[in-house]
Amino acid sequence: MSDSPKSDGIGYATGDSGIDRVNAMVQFTPQAKALGVSVIQTAKGRALGKVPYRAELVGDPSTGVIAGGVLTTFLDQLCGAAAVLAMDQPSIVATIDLRIDYMRPAQPGRDVLAEAQCYKIGKTIAFVRATAYEDSPDNPIAHATAAFAINSSRKPKR
Amino acid sequence: MSPQEQLAAALARIPYAQFLGVRAELKGDELTLIMPFAAHLIGNPLLPALHGGVVGALMELTALTQLAISSKSQAFPKTIDINVDYLRSGKPVDTFARARVVKIGRRIANVQAEAWQAERNNAIAAMHGHFMIPDDGEASA
Repeated sequence: MSDSPKSDGIGYATGDSGIDRVNAMVQFTPQAKALGVSVIQTAKGRALGKVPYRAELVGDPSTGVIAGGVLTTFLDQLCGAAAVLAMDQPSIVATIDLRIDYMRPAQPGRDVLAEAQCYKIGKTIAFVRATAYEDSPDNPIAHATAAFAINSSRKPKR
Repeated sequence: MSPQEQLAAALARIPYAQFLGVRAELKGDELTLIMPFAAHLIGNPLLPALHGGVVGALMELTALTQLAISSKSQAFPKTIDINVDYLRSGKPVDTFARARVVKIGRRIANVQAEAWQAERNNAIAAMHGHFMIPDDGEASA
């Protein structure tokens, strides 16, 4: 986790409790664990994450390009993390809708990074966008826009 | 091979389809993809609920496969964009998806898809998206 991939560099803090919190969320999410998702850096309302390339996640066997569905799950997960990181009191979020634009195929064999930013949060809804890339957000693979309902689903029974 | 067998063989070649555990049923030209419940598909273990990402992925895969069937193309189309609406949380049971090709243009197709579980008329999620139709010339590339 000591490497620092290129980002647009807006105030990421390492070692804060946010990164532990969202990585705990990932570890608590079987599908995110199955994909090998990790959160590398966090800031208020922001998360930088990674999904490692693996042959079993390929969607096009003729090219070795990772499946679009992997990015869908990764971006959904990371956008949710950014929404939680925007809250003063962490809460549960549920995706209302998710739009993904695929700009180009991911490079075979390369890990995919993504940055998510919660650009507006209210009492009930959080709005988040994210960009996926290998080296720089200036050369994106995909872009996501998502809306989340805050604490809308049935609360966990304790 | 029957169309059903061809379809099963095509899905078997896609590692991510195997990762999800998806299988296909073809009735005429109508395709249903089935994603049997598996523990690694869970997104929220407290509810528990399927991960929204895999429900989106199932509908995208259904749209791509239905479009490949409808356009009679040898190659899979490429996704341009998808819009997923989440309607209710996915329970830890089998999930089904069907897609409807709304329009096939010269290069771009518009496709809608729905995912459901116990009741066909209670979709858990809906998707619409745009997909690039491969040129016939590069069909086997």
